[in-house]
Amino acid sequence: MVLEKAKIGEEHEALMSGCEAIAVALALADVDVLTGYPIRPYDTVINFIARLIADGQMDADLIHAEGEHSQFEIVKHACVSGARVFTGSSGVGWVFAMEPLVVTPPARIPVVAICGNRAVDDPGAFGCEHNDQYLVRDIGWMICWADTAQEALDLILMSYRVAEDPRVFLPCSLGVDGSFLTHAMNIVKLPSKAQVDKFLPRYDRGKLRLHPDNPISVAVQVNEDWLQELRRTVNEGAITSKAVVEQAAKEFYQIFGRQKDPFFEQYMTEDADMVLVGAGTLSLSVRANVRKLRKEGKKVGFVRMKWLRPFAAEEVRECLSRFKAVGVIDRDYSYGSGDFGGIMFHEMRSALYTAKKQPLVSNFICGLGGREIYEADVREMVKIMEDSIKAGTVKTPVTWVGTRSR
Amino acid sequence: MTMTMEFERIRGVKAAPLPEMYTSGHRTCQGCDSALNCRYVAKAAGPRSIVLGATGCMYVANTSYYSTPWAIPWMHTQLGATGSAVLGVAVSLKVQMRKGKIKNEPINVIGIGGDGGVADMGLSAVSATLTWPEYDSLIVMYDNESYANTGVQVSCQTPYGAHTTFSPVGTVKPIMHKRWKKNTAAMMAAGHPECRYVASACTAYPVDLMNKVRRALSISGPTFVAILCPCPKGWDFDPRYSHEMGEMACKSGMWANWEMEDGKLTFQTPTSGIIKGMVQRMPVADYLLRQGRFDHLRKEDFDHIQKQLDKIWGEWGIPAILPFKVAEGELA
Repeated sequence: MVLEKAKIGEEHEALMSGCEAIAVALALADVDVLTGYPIRPYDTVINFIARLIADGQMDADLIHAEGEHSQFEIVKHACVSGARVFTGSSGVGWVFAMEPLVVTPPARIPVVAICGNRAVDDPGAFGCEHNDQYLVRDIGWMICWADTAQEALDLILMSYRVAEDPRVFLPCSLGVDGSFLTHAMNIVKLPSKAQVDKFLPRYDRGKLRLHPDNPISVAVQVNEDWLQELRRTVNEGAITSKAVVEQAAKEFYQIFGRQKDPFFEQYMTEDADMVLVGAGTLSLSVRANVRKLRKEGKKVGFVRMKWLRPFAAEEVRECLSRFKAVGVIDRDYSYGSGDFGGIMFHEMRSALYTAKKQPLVSNFICGLGGREIYEADVREMVKIMEDSIKAGTVKTPVTWVGTRSR
Repeated sequence: MTMTMEFERIRGVKAAPLPEMYTSGHRTCQGCDSALNCRYVAKAAGPRSIVLGATGCMYVANTSYYSTPWAIPWMHTQLGATGSAVLGVAVSLKVQMRKGKIKNEPINVIGIGGDGGVADMGLSAVSATLTWPEYDSLIVMYDNESYANTGVQVSCQTPYGAHTTFSPVGTVKPIMHKRWKKNTAAMMAAGHPECRYVASACTAYPVDLMNKVRRALSISGPTFVAILCPCPKGWDFDPRYSHEMGEMACKSGMWANWEMEDGKLTFQTPTSGIIKGMVQRMPVADYLLRQGRFDHLRKEDFDHIQKQLDKIWGEWGIPAILPFKVAEGELA
């Protein structure tokens, strides 16, 4: 294990997996309470955390919960009483925690979690899909996706910074693609403890802290008398989180020299006619194929989304309306939805509705269950976008790319 | 470092502390002993306490419409999360104290959940919490023998034969609920080697109840107290009889008051008198017939319940607590 040799707190480079990078980030963030329950692939983070605690490299308590529901309830209450917390899950484990996941945002509790993206059962597949994390899209969780082990480390630090900002006080989940990110080895720049301390202030629950010195009642029962106003305050937190992400990214860039673009990253888009849009590790394959297609003279680029909640609608609109065609890649599905497309497709198309110049938006569902996205798949996507441009209209809004024919 | 508090034993109702930590501001039913239980628990624990309350009557009726009767910090937790809530707060305080982030001092962490929350849905989390010796906490189960808040539905703590909205009296099936009440406190005591203190009490015996809460809070690690709380609405009796109903539950042997500390079991009044053979158990029909929920039972049903009780008290290895005993010739 690389982690044993990593000098946590000293600035240096090391070859490590996404899970190890996340564990280092958690140690640097001085997390107090963590909970774990086994499910692949997120749980490798907990393996590493357990090792760090066992070897005295981290001062924190790790609770082995008896299920994901308890995992998320334990950290929720630990966080309300003033501790910085971490937990996570994958696939159906994440689904099992749905009740605590739902109740965490309305009580304004800045739990930070990872969703080690995994297909939800049935069948019991281990591979990556994004539907698990999207389950918390509408309930007050901030959600983002990392591309590399480096970015996973960065976004963990960002997540604490944004979630624990008293103007936000909302939980944050970092999506890390199962296997592709969690277990793939990358060179990671590990920051110094001093750098992290400069970026990340101590968690201060303030007047909302559950403690005998502050005898408040938390999460009391309301009905039509107050619920709408309560929902509005959560919404205000979600709205504010956008500016807080921007500010945090700016300071992150100043201190660490990364995360220049807060919400999404553009690749070869300057003169592009058409772009593919997606989140997570599919970017590796897509970028490689974009480079290849560029050599053939096709003006194609790629936009990789990081933060989906808060959703930077204005910035997305401004960016994507520059192109003739936009192809949204969904590593997820939304059965029965409009045009039967994926979740991000609907997000993008909705954001573009008010654009002065609307691109032709099509949707590609692929990479499900951890299926690799191949050159032929990207070529098919680009061909469909070219056809749309030629026809001046989107003929096939949604295509399941790389799927066996009947 | 220990977070447990030291308490004086309360000798008599008049010697109980006067400050109320659970006060006005709730809208529980008249004669609600579950609310009375909150008052006793909070009074016994005192101001340096944090209470985690699971969904149920003691959430919805206590903090309705943005109100609260709690003078000590209180937080709602999900129905199945009483165990997780106390564990979360206890670990949080412990780590913050160890790391010097907050003052190191004893703070009581108390979870209060109903029979549905603790013995049905939350059983798994409660059980898990009782396995962590390094985190000091108390879980209180207020047992009103049904899901009373949602309209009185059967729980695993509802007595055999009781009418609830999920077990109505039918023309074809006069008794729909035929399961014997789960022996929750005994299960906690028997199944958790690191849990040093488990007790069973009833609101009709408040001094015993408060002293059990204090004892539980002064012992390190996780502790558990089950408390029978008569419910006028769910059991269908006049609210003026809540106290009497609790007494009768204990005197008939439908409930037992006991405590287990470090493996040593003792019984408290009136259970102790029954165990020692000084008092006879009251016929169970006398207790059941006072409650509308048993109105439909016939003589043979009362006989069946009485027979079961006689077995529990007469034949069990530890009367009213554990059914098994070592078979003859098994021990050297």
